[in-house]
Amino acid sequence: MTRARRVDLLGAALLLLLTWLIVYPLILVLIEGFRGPEGWTLDFVRLFLQHRNEAQALWGSLWISLASVVLAALIGIPLAFLFGRYEFPGRRILGWLVALPAVLPPLVGVIAFLFLYGESGFVSLLIQRLLRLDQAPWALEGAGAILLVHAYSMYVYFYLFTRAGLASLDASVLEAAASLGAGRWRTLRRVVLPLLYPALGGAALLTFMTSLASFSAPYIFGGGFRVMTTQIVATRLNGDDQLAMVETISLTLVALVALWLLPGSRVFDNAAGGRKGLAPMRVRVQGRDVRLALGVLGWALAVLLLLPHLTLLLVSFVPLGTWTTEPLPPAYTWRNYLTLVEDPVRARPLLNSLWLAIASTAAAVGVAVAAGVLAVRRRVRGRGAIEALLALPWAVPGTVFAIALATAFSLHAPLAGRFVLIGTLWILPLAYLVRNLPITSRAILAGFRSLDPSLDEAAATLGAGRWRTLRRVTLPLLRPAIVAGASLAFVTAFGDFVTSIMLYTYDTRPISLEILSSLRESDVGVAAAYGVVLMAVSAAVFALGADQGSGG
Amino acid sequence: MTFLQLESLTKRFDGTVAVDGLSLSIERGEMLALLGPSGSGKTTTLRLLAGFELPDQGRVLVEGEEVTGVDPVARRFGMVFQHYALFPHLDVGENIAFGLESLGVSGGELERRVARALTLVDLLGYERRRISQLSGGQQQRVALARALAPEPRVLLLDEPLSNLDPSLRERTRREIRELIRRVGITTVLVTHEQDEAFDLGDRVAVLRGGRLEQVGTPEDLYASPANEFVAEFVGRSSGIEVHVLGPGQRGLLVLVEGVEWDLTDVSEGRPGPALMVVRPEALRLMPPAPGALAGTVTERRFTGPASLFTVVTDGGTSIEVTGPPRSVRAGERVGIMPSRRAGGGIHLFPRAAE
Repeated sequence: MTRARRVDLLGAALLLLLTWLIVYPLILVLIEGFRGPEGWTLDFVRLFLQHRNEAQALWGSLWISLASVVLAALIGIPLAFLFGRYEFPGRRILGWLVALPAVLPPLVGVIAFLFLYGESGFVSLLIQRLLRLDQAPWALEGAGAILLVHAYSMYVYFYLFTRAGLASLDASVLEAAASLGAGRWRTLRRVVLPLLYPALGGAALLTFMTSLASFSAPYIFGGGFRVMTTQIVATRLNGDDQLAMVETISLTLVALVALWLLPGSRVFDNAAGGRKGLAPMRVRVQGRDVRLALGVLGWALAVLLLLPHLTLLLVSFVPLGTWTTEPLPPAYTWRNYLTLVEDPVRARPLLNSLWLAIASTAAAVGVAVAAGVLAVRRRVRGRGAIEALLALPWAVPGTVFAIALATAFSLHAPLAGRFVLIGTLWILPLAYLVRNLPITSRAILAGFRSLDPSLDEAAATLGAGRWRTLRRVTLPLLRPAIVAGASLAFVTAFGDFVTSIMLYTYDTRPISLEILSSLRESDVGVAAAYGVVLMAVSAAVFALGADQGSGG
Repeated sequence: MTFLQLESLTKRFDGTVAVDGLSLSIERGEMLALLGPSGSGKTTTLRLLAGFELPDQGRVLVEGEEVTGVDPVARRFGMVFQHYALFPHLDVGENIAFGLESLGVSGGELERRVARALTLVDLLGYERRRISQLSGGQQQRVALARALAPEPRVLLLDEPLSNLDPSLRERTRREIRELIRRVGITTVLVTHEQDEAFDLGDRVAVLRGGRLEQVGTPEDLYASPANEFVAEFVGRSSGIEVHVLGPGQRGLLVLVEGVEWDLTDVSEGRPGPALMVVRPEALRLMPPAPGALAGTVTERRFTGPASLFTVVTDGGTSIEVTGPPRSVRAGERVGIMPSRRAGGGIHLFPRAAE
């Protein structure tokens, strides 16, 4: 009995840590929103309700997110069917290229679009020349621009989820439908789509939440168009801290209501696994003309999707101040990359992002493994609460957490669990950690669940104590899950912009902020070079994760 | 002398009793099979023995030393798991070395003992194979070798054959029995298959609802089941509601659906309602005749030298009877009589008067 109690105590300690990191800062925001200089007040709520801007921003966030879901679904689902169900020349490599927007961190994707379709972007200038216009054919600004970027970067969710869903279909179910006389459309409508609903619901929820929390696109392209994430940052910069708190509360409420209303909040764990029987065979596309058309269409699509990556690469070779109005840059140089390595001031953000991402990832893995041992394996009291807390930050936009952490750790009150961390080295890794806990722990907890508990028992009957079992049996078997969870966390932290912009100091400035300041100084070459580094590291880490995931 | 002793073990899960006051004594080198349907508490008993669960009451003793609360890590009981629980990231040799390393064995001694364990299961030379490259039968032998390598005090087997192809089971059963005899280790195994229990167990303990129904040699259980449950659970049998009338000319006079049978070799004799449990070989088929139980053959199953017939009596009871393969066909009217050499195949269990 004492053994059981000690484990419960450890569980309680973990629960306390998570509460302090995740729930406590949010509660402080809630309190701050209702407290003025003279005690409790509804003044700021009233202010929030009276301003038309605020309502506009909230409404903007909401409809942009819904529209992003629709657009991403319209692109992602047909692509998944095309690559998942049909066989044609180039399918393999194209199917892989289609997922590439995922390696662009949000801010990098946004600046790539700026270089492509912005006022002086390649495509805009090209069209301006071709049509002999006096100015750019369009302004990359407002809701349209935001939606364009969202659709580009988020259709991948629908694409990947739908493909996973299609791959997990049992071929014999489709054969059963055919043998019962259902034609292709009826099978699609009555069998395939209903079986895909969980995957589609998951993708819709993920897209909605990501759009709602999206910051980079509205920040760069928003112009006069308001969404809540940028509104919060602007209010905060104005010094209206309390109003920012109320805005933060409103955005959190929208996120939580969406989580509650939208289907698919529980499907993530199932979306990838649990196949029985054989996956359906791909249908070979018949007819030379159709195959040719599909091939051409596929490659055209791939080029379109790869344009941002290529643009970034091209611009990264542009020397400072040489490219003004020409459609293509007139001169190229390695200088920008050399600068990143040689100039200590330029190299600093790179090193910063690296150690911040590594430290926060390691911490997230540590917390997730501890949670796995305690909640899944040892089934401590409060395991449900531990899992719920680990998942919570996923539903809360990054801006909200940035505000919450900035609020909680801005004053010294050790008895209340508050310390001055803002302005120190510690606030950013802490913020990254909190943001990464959901993805890391989802992967690692799923890994724990798939472990056969009798392996632990077998180790025990063979005389291995807890540590030896963890070291020799549990961790080696969890390696694929840990690598998958860690690579996602690392990539997110490495490219983070939304929390960094509110919490960074000069000494901890990460790559994303250096990109922003390079852009402000019109040093597009260096900005793009940083972007390429982010992109390359993300791609490499993703590839490593995928490789490990399939290997184990 | 008793080597392993279970003293009135009781284990509850959330209010339901899984094991209820179970006491068993196992001799050194003996193989005891725990047999019972699912939910009978046999697996919980094995887990109590291994130390994965702590009993609410009762004790486990090995050679008079109490081990009830000893951690599995320190208990030195070997176990073969139902799905083997081999470590998939370690090769065969590393799996077997795992338990030896816990004992501090290393170097040449470790290699020697791994080789010895593999020799025991006839897999010498498989040290560097991956677990995924082995067949189910080989995996099971590796699991056995892994459990035996650290020379545990007691060996526990959880449904050792359930994961194998039916075609492999009989051979594997023989191999396991031989191996364990050779090693001479005290063994407790859990199974819901009667064949397995009878073949592997020196003695068989029949469990139901966490309670011990009967423990004895397979011959004992078959020939003199202690109660209705054991009689029906062990071996093929049919149950017929009868009325015991009293002593007859040769043995005991019993009224079976209106027909009087004079049974020999039956122990229970108290007059009144009873359940008669009959082995198929204790009955014979004959043309319908007075004094025989009348019924219709509904099914015939060919089992080799004899066929197994299912007869539904006019009273509506379904009874299994063995007979010569082609003696009758489905749909035929027959009579049933006790076989002249019933040989202890009929058991009477009195019913409480209504």
